[in-house]
Amino acid sequence: MSSTSTSSQMGQLVADKHVRYILMAEKKKESFESVVMDHLRMNGAYWGLTTLDLLEKLGTVSEDEVVSWVMTCQHESGGFAGNTGHDPHILYTLSAVQILALFDKLNILDVGKVSSYVAGLQNEDGSFSGDIWGEIDTRFSYIAICCLSIFKCLDKINVEKAVDYIVSCKNLDGGFGCTPGAESHAGQIFCCVGALAITGNLHHVDKDLLGWWLCERQVKSGGLNGRPEKLPDVCYSWWVLSSLIMIDRVHWIDKAKLVKFILDCQDMDNGGISDRPDDAVDIFHTYFGVAGLSLLEYPGIKAIDPAYALPVDVINRIIFTK
Amino acid sequence: MDSDDTVPLSERPEWSDVVPLTQNDGSNPVVPIAYKEEFRETMDYFRAIYFSDERSPRALRLTEETLRLNSGNYTVWHFRRLVLEALNHDLYQELEFIERISEDNSKNYQLWHHRRWVAEKLGPDVAWRELDFTRRVLSLDAKHYHAWSHRQWTLQALGGWENELDYCHELLEADVFNNSAWNQRYYVITRSPSLGGLQAMRESEVSYTVKAILANPANESLWRYLKGLFKDDTESWISDPSVSSVCLRVLSRTDCFHGFALSTLLDLLCNGLRPTSEHRDSVKALASEEPDTDLANLLCTILGRVDPIRANYWAWRKSQITVAM
Repeated sequence: MSSTSTSSQMGQLVADKHVRYILMAEKKKESFESVVMDHLRMNGAYWGLTTLDLLEKLGTVSEDEVVSWVMTCQHESGGFAGNTGHDPHILYTLSAVQILALFDKLNILDVGKVSSYVAGLQNEDGSFSGDIWGEIDTRFSYIAICCLSIFKCLDKINVEKAVDYIVSCKNLDGGFGCTPGAESHAGQIFCCVGALAITGNLHHVDKDLLGWWLCERQVKSGGLNGRPEKLPDVCYSWWVLSSLIMIDRVHWIDKAKLVKFILDCQDMDNGGISDRPDDAVDIFHTYFGVAGLSLLEYPGIKAIDPAYALPVDVINRIIFTK
Repeated sequence: MDSDDTVPLSERPEWSDVVPLTQNDGSNPVVPIAYKEEFRETMDYFRAIYFSDERSPRALRLTEETLRLNSGNYTVWHFRRLVLEALNHDLYQELEFIERISEDNSKNYQLWHHRRWVAEKLGPDVAWRELDFTRRVLSLDAKHYHAWSHRQWTLQALGGWENELDYCHELLEADVFNNSAWNQRYYVITRSPSLGGLQAMRESEVSYTVKAILANPANESLWRYLKGLFKDDTESWISDPSVSSVCLRVLSRTDCFHGFALSTLLDLLCNGLRPTSEHRDSVKALASEEPDTDLANLLCTILGRVDPIRANYWAWRKSQITVAM
């Protein structure tokens, strides 16, 4: 994008180009990204589709095709795999549920079965495993809680123990890591704060201390990093910003500078957003860039819910149904 | 690795009885699946073996070839574990295999989870090997989140705490801005079974940190570590002379960033430290604005100026002081 970054379009979101980038992605045969993303196609679908919905263009994809493909990824255990023919994992189960929520198709799910799969991954100490192989991480706590909350059946797990485990991962800087004692990392902080927000347990967060750590993540360029002394990256526009909003401290950063940083990461010719200015774009950063701009109330983008990572109208539809 | 790994699977006699199973991608328009030929063929054979659940030596070799092409594919790792168990395969060889795979790309969750699964089965005998493996990975990327996570697990589950504080020191000597190493240091002093805990370690750690701060006053991690040493003990935090004096010593210098020293002093005042004339003088010396009668207020004003990107945060801190007064 370096050749065009000085053009008159600078400082604008090229929304139509991002939509075309996402829709055209399928035609890029033989790309390395496509090969390595095979097993996590469900995540990719969630990133792409949520971006389209935030840009009010979800109608440009075939709902039937997407929904029927998602359902081919469901395993008899109730969990979803990253693609057809793969093993189920909690990571892809949440993405599948989120995709169905986008299309208002949660009713086609056997909710009892999916929620039992998720609830079955809770361990004695309150933590969650990602699948039957037992890897433990606060990411999985968030996913389980987010998923069961969408189904309105948090009573299927021991919420108190789940919260205790998350709180045991809190560090001296107010942040959270993947397991007790692990370094604070903005991605893990989003998961822990999100899980605490959804379950009404934000009083366990030291908001002023964590808020300060989070706003220290903003560097001179306006971008945010995920840990001290690391490079800024558009993905933290989501992880840091959503956390700051959930603890009501987002006014502590310089929002205008962050908007500019995200816009500077666009490919102005072919669409898509990269991690940093002048790097190659991908669907992951395109989602986080657009979602970040949504949290910053950029015009023309639907509002996204900072805890559920779905458009606010989708969450309202779920909450106010039944 | 097999000598014939450059020959396509379809041309190898060993695989002539297997019908490769192609991926049904449907016509979903959202996310691309495009395969290079070698990758496609290997995956097709893998799927055939996976669905027929063939837990054989050749299946183990096939998972190896598949993981070499894409070490992020979690289903292949899952199946490999089933095969390893069925064959009762030598797990020390498996550690070597993981090390070879990690040379290409060690930033994936699957590889580390698999490593943990193997190490857990081998038990405390491999504690040093795991510490050595993570040390090698950290020598290439000292903030590698997965490697740190595995290292902490190793210490907790398998042991090997003895040299860990020295290791932290070694990393901090190389890069005192390495927040991961400071986090590990805190992990060691609070959890190592032989060091006696935070209280016992505080004095020596304060002096270690103060020394580091004086060399690098602009280092966020150090100031947070210093505060962490007084966790749940505000009384000692404000009364320990080392803390307020390191602030003053930094503020008296003209050649460095003052932000963290100022904010630490502000934190001490907000927690009840009674300011002395020395505190006042050193802060006023830095103030280009109208000296405020209240020292904490003045600190917030200066901080808003030296750290403009967080001006709103410092304005909020100032408003909190007014409330408290």
